[in-house]
Amino acid sequence: MALVRLIGVSKTFRSMQGSDYVAVRDFALDIEAGEFFCLLGTSGCGKTTVLNIIAGFELATSGSVEIAGRAIESPGADRGVVFQSDDSLYPWLSALGNVEFGLRMRGLPRAERLEQAQRYLDLVGLAGQGHKHPAELSGGMKQRIQIARVLANEPQILLMDEPFAALDAHTRAAMQRELIKIWRTTGKTVLFITHDIEEAVILATRIGIMHAGPASKLKGIIDVTLSDGERDRTDDRFIAVYRQVHAMIRDEVAIAMQRAQ
Amino acid sequence: MKRSLARLGGYVIGFASLFALWHVASVYLLNSVLFPPPGRVVAKAIELAQDGTLWENARVSLERIGLGFLLGSLIGIPVGLAIGSFDIVRRILEPYTEFLRFIPATAMITVAVIWFGIGEGSKIFLIIYTTVFIVIISTAAGVSAVTPNKIRAARSLGAGRAQVFWYVAFPATVPYILTGMRLAMGNSFVTIIAAELVAANAGLGKMIWDARLYMLVDQIFVALLVLGLLGFTADRLFRWGIYAFAGRYSPVT
Repeated sequence: MALVRLIGVSKTFRSMQGSDYVAVRDFALDIEAGEFFCLLGTSGCGKTTVLNIIAGFELATSGSVEIAGRAIESPGADRGVVFQSDDSLYPWLSALGNVEFGLRMRGLPRAERLEQAQRYLDLVGLAGQGHKHPAELSGGMKQRIQIARVLANEPQILLMDEPFAALDAHTRAAMQRELIKIWRTTGKTVLFITHDIEEAVILATRIGIMHAGPASKLKGIIDVTLSDGERDRTDDRFIAVYRQVHAMIRDEVAIAMQRAQ
Repeated sequence: MKRSLARLGGYVIGFASLFALWHVASVYLLNSVLFPPPGRVVAKAIELAQDGTLWENARVSLERIGLGFLLGSLIGIPVGLAIGSFDIVRRILEPYTEFLRFIPATAMITVAVIWFGIGEGSKIFLIIYTTVFIVIISTAAGVSAVTPNKIRAARSLGAGRAQVFWYVAFPATVPYILTGMRLAMGNSFVTIIAAELVAANAGLGKMIWDARLYMLVDQIFVALLVLGLLGFTADRLFRWGIYAFAGRYSPVT
């Protein structure tokens, strides 16, 4: 059975003026345990809405949303969220303090949680930086803290909402490689939101492509069976997968552009 | 170390030039008994310090400020937190804060004296009054400035609602609280002197008022000098507090 299962999910937002906006309609998705699922879509297609519903930040207007067979009604420690913006970090706490935050909230003894937090700081490559505050760290390092903070809490799934979108190209590429390594080491299930085809092909084991919004749903799913060596933008098989994804999303981009005008 | 020395050096130069300018203006430009030079004021200050009147009056004023400011903050912080956290509380209390904060404490002096007498009661009431609204508004603004992602992150890390408040919303608000208190501290100095000028039996304001009656210009200037120094010291202590608690990350300075 799938770890996360969405069936017939719709989400309607009511605007200030009272008119309704349907972000997603009749959306269905299964995420299997251990997979790296990229949800790919144009801007405004509702992909963040889907993540927020799974995270429990927003409730679906209709449909069923389950993790491990239980309905999702609120945020919970079983679903760790990595945000695009580093404003989710706590600037008054050190990097280590941020990483151990969840364990502290859940009442783990101090020695135990510091040990565990340190282990995950090491894992994301911030071994000697634990005493620093977020303001003293670069954008890439701050995203590493976010990832370590979520991993230290040992959730069942990582929900990542365009976590590298605000980083420069070199840092982004480095973070993508790191994330694959971390995913492999920890065996966690990942749902990764992105609008970048290349990023999706580099990271994912499956890519779900969304229709342009509003009232969006999945257009199709592409399995990515590339080996590590092939996850390189110059590799022939990589380019083949890229083309396949591109062919599916191309029309949606055109529609989104048109609607934005 | 080097930076703090440079900063100290800057202060020394700043103060030295202030006193030099004062001296020049007093001795060479105006040359009037109504504007004594710093040397004479300091000599008078030493004299008043030796016979105890300066200490006594400064102590009385500082105690009033300290107590009123502390009580005002202790009332203002929780009220501000409640207003910032709950819409219903904001709606209920906004008429109070938005109405009363436009009535300056100095306008309330007469009422305070009628209600609480010319002793400590009226002074402490006025300092509380002048402190509480600024602290409330600043604290409430701090709570609403907490980014939603901070709250969401805490919730999905397993924090309950009470934990979100104590471990996220409150610490995120601390720089705003301190900034509000710092502004309130400045207001407290204004208010206490005004109150002591109008009706008091001791304090730096009373000292100025008494000196006026006997044309003791030097003594007036002693009180002004001490006020400036006390205010400056209090504000530095506050800035230091903000920096120590929050300076490393806070956009509020």
